[in-house]
Amino acid sequence: MTDQVLQAPIVLPRRLRHGGFVLGAAIVGLVVVAALIGPALVPDDPFAQDLLKRLVPPMWMEGGSAAHILGTDQVGRDYLARLVYGARISLLIGLSTVIVSGLIGTTLGVAGGFFGGRVDDVVTFIITCRLAVPLILVALAVVSLVGSSLLVVVVTLGLLLWERFAVVARTTTAQVRNLDYVAAARAAGCSRGYILLREVLPNILNPLIVVATLEMALAILLEAALSFLGLGVPPPLPSWGLMIAEARDYMFFQAWVIVIPGLALLVFVLGINLLGDGLRDLLAPEGRA
Amino acid sequence: MLRFLIRRLALAFLVALTVLSLSFALTRLAGDLAVAIAGPSATAADVAAVRIAYGLDRPVLVQFADWAVRAAHGDFGHSFFFKEQVANLIADRLPITGTLGLTAIAIALAVALPLGILAAVKQNTWIDRLATSIALFGQAMPTFWFGLILMIGFGLKLGWLPISGTGSWRHYVMPGIVLAFTAIPALMRLTRSGMIEVLASDYIRTARAKGLRARTVVLRHALRNAAIPVVSIAAVQLGFMLGGSVVIEQVFALHGVGYLAWESISKNDYPVVQAVVLVLACIYVLLTLIADLLNAFLDPRLRTA
Repeated sequence: MTDQVLQAPIVLPRRLRHGGFVLGAAIVGLVVVAALIGPALVPDDPFAQDLLKRLVPPMWMEGGSAAHILGTDQVGRDYLARLVYGARISLLIGLSTVIVSGLIGTTLGVAGGFFGGRVDDVVTFIITCRLAVPLILVALAVVSLVGSSLLVVVVTLGLLLWERFAVVARTTTAQVRNLDYVAAARAAGCSRGYILLREVLPNILNPLIVVATLEMALAILLEAALSFLGLGVPPPLPSWGLMIAEARDYMFFQAWVIVIPGLALLVFVLGINLLGDGLRDLLAPEGRA
Repeated sequence: MLRFLIRRLALAFLVALTVLSLSFALTRLAGDLAVAIAGPSATAADVAAVRIAYGLDRPVLVQFADWAVRAAHGDFGHSFFFKEQVANLIADRLPITGTLGLTAIAIALAVALPLGILAAVKQNTWIDRLATSIALFGQAMPTFWFGLILMIGFGLKLGWLPISGTGSWRHYVMPGIVLAFTAIPALMRLTRSGMIEVLASDYIRTARAKGLRARTVVLRHALRNAAIPVVSIAAVQLGFMLGGSVVIEQVFALHGVGYLAWESISKNDYPVVQAVVLVLACIYVLLTLIADLLNAFLDPRLRTA
């Protein structure tokens, strides 16, 4: 009885939050499916130009046709095909960036949190320096210097977006370090490497997964911004940011040319964030959501 | 307090020094700077001439020391493209970016504080959910796209605001709103969680038990303590905004330092890029330093940290 009374205020908002989690999972699932099998379902080639059919509006607007459900762009490429292919790029960039930045951030954070003292001072200092660096500006400069390609964008963003991993890994490791099972492992004579990999890492994984979703969303937004400024994914690859940049000259006459790729970006990033928030609630220990 | 002050100043200085080295290293990343400056049509003799003219034939460490000493004195050399002192270029453009940043943080605070307070006071009501939704959308919104949509709506369809340029205060409204949205989620969440925590504390119960008006309790008693972390995050967010203004300035053709950096990046004008990165980073370091000191002043518990 008392248990129920105590839990009631916790369970209710949790269920509401789960609504967000379900919605987020559905959106992300849809985009993943679109990225994986979409190109097979959409018959048009995202790179095939047709200068006789430029800027055909979406089928529900006047002048649109079922041949191009979302219309065509300024050189007559099918918008739906490009949108679906663009999902691949966003997903690829998001996932690979998080792998790079997750590795860097987690290594730094775990080292700082586990060893403490001087090591921790150095790690904190590196994080502080990273925060002082203007992110987009440096990313733009690096991509411009090295030359733009998918790989360069991923590596650049990965090298810049690790600080939240580091911050979270550091604090959680510092908490875990003092727990009994770590002391037990030490007393049993386990090596430092074993303790870090088998005792510490699995126990700080949940918060890191949540950070990964947030960073993935951020990476996708940043890639779009870089591509929009012409220093991200090189054309003719259909990145959503690049689609907005290319359509920009026509937006005052036909707003849909930028609304469609922008909405795709907004909804996908929103979905990832909802998924992350939901995961945080689900993975949090009971009552600490 | 003195110990804290010295420690904090030393940290700020070290960070600035590290960023100084990084922004130097950034331009050496591309390989041979002389080849890049001379351009694609240059002959080997041209490249050699450029190398000597720009002092690139000296050892890297000597170049670095020379550049660092000059930069510390505010001398960032000449722009390759504008044929002007980089320091002058930046000084000309900084007020525009500064105005944009201050407008944006003012809008962000004007939205985030009331929303955060309301969401905390009326927890789990529609207003709380509205605030949470705004934060979620703000976090997911591609800034440059939001800017373009506002341009179509307020600029073209309604004709309320100018679409681009820097003529009057009206030019800063749309970019200010867009940039504000990047800071609203963090500020609002922090205000909300801070208020919820403070409102549950003993001294608030005392204030309520004394029979003070609900408004007085929330705004005079609770907000004062809840606002302390918001002050420092606002400073940090302002720093992020100035650094991130490059995208917004390009969208709205606001010729601030971000725009300058973008132009310079596309023209391989390395001294300018280097200097803008350094100046923006130093402003960030300064802002966080001020925020920390302000925090220590407002909250004595932090002074020992």
